[in-house]
Amino acid sequence: MTRRGRLALFAVSAAGLSALLLWAVAGLPDFGHFQGRYGATLNKVAVSERHATNVVTAIVFDYRGIDTLGEEFILFTSVIGVALLLRETRDETGRIHDAVRSDALRLVGIAFAAVLFTIGLYVVAHGPITPGGGFQGGVVLAGAFTLVYLAGDYRAYRGLTPQPALDFVEGAGAGGYAVIGIVSMLLGSAYLHNFGPFGTPGTLASAGTISMLNLATALEVTAAFVLLFTEFLEDLQLTREQSA
Amino acid sequence: MSYLPYALAVWIFVVGIYGVVSSRNFVHLVVCLTVTQSSTYVLLLAIGYTNGGTAPIFADVPQTSKAVDPVVQALTLTDVVVSVTVAALLLALAIQVQKRRGTMNPDELRELRG
Repeated sequence: MTRRGRLALFAVSAAGLSALLLWAVAGLPDFGHFQGRYGATLNKVAVSERHATNVVTAIVFDYRGIDTLGEEFILFTSVIGVALLLRETRDETGRIHDAVRSDALRLVGIAFAAVLFTIGLYVVAHGPITPGGGFQGGVVLAGAFTLVYLAGDYRAYRGLTPQPALDFVEGAGAGGYAVIGIVSMLLGSAYLHNFGPFGTPGTLASAGTISMLNLATALEVTAAFVLLFTEFLEDLQLTREQSA
Repeated sequence: MSYLPYALAVWIFVVGIYGVVSSRNFVHLVVCLTVTQSSTYVLLLAIGYTNGGTAPIFADVPQTSKAVDPVVQALTLTDVVVSVTVAALLLALAIQVQKRRGTMNPDELRELRG
């Protein structure tokens, strides 16, 4: 099909699709008048039941914890997929070439990486209390490592993120999540049932397994994103070397 | 006017698909797909909104205060993660295409080559 024909076909079908979608959303409750009983109930009971003041985190790691187990493994599998795809055609003979950057940039960049790392830890640790959690904080932590690459050099980045450590953290995060669920079963309740200790709501040591699963997810997400960046960066470095 | 946020989600969805259909570069195509996926965030969050509701986080507001629906927010989190993994896989595939066929234009990949 030619480009023009494809766009003409799109125009017709997009008009139809838009009409159907608009018709569908017109059947939704008025904006601002949602009456979801499930969400409303969880908003009422989550703090007293699970001692987690962030209800979204309580849903992600407790009430719908099995969904998140699946989500973790989606991330895990896709990282494996990216690694397989990129490593297959990579010519490993090239040498890593590092551009020389200014000392000032290096200093400021590394200082900001430290700040970013601390913010990441904060976002992870306060997941059950305030906005944030393992997924969000994990991405921030991975961002701190990327900043080391951007401001410093590839060697410093790789030195901070050795492959065996990444593989271990990635596996420990994904596996740890599943293992905490099994511990629930050994204690005589359902898989991933929150067995505490619950602590005082609003403090760091609260919410029982929500905090533990949150931490496992943070490990998994940080390692997964650093691995993703590493695979793409390795490709970039070797390409630069070959073209240089 | 109360359906405007839903209509916005529909608009983002259709615009994203237009980008995918008309794309001349795989990286552009992946970004357009991400735009399409972000329409689902808008739809989910718009559905769960309650007039005058706060975030479903009761760290510094009383537990009895009116809050928006937390379930759709958790779903949106899942949605974002899936969107990122899809983008990463597709970008890796784009690199493969560039290496094997020397082009990033989907139109130049018409015929199969053994």
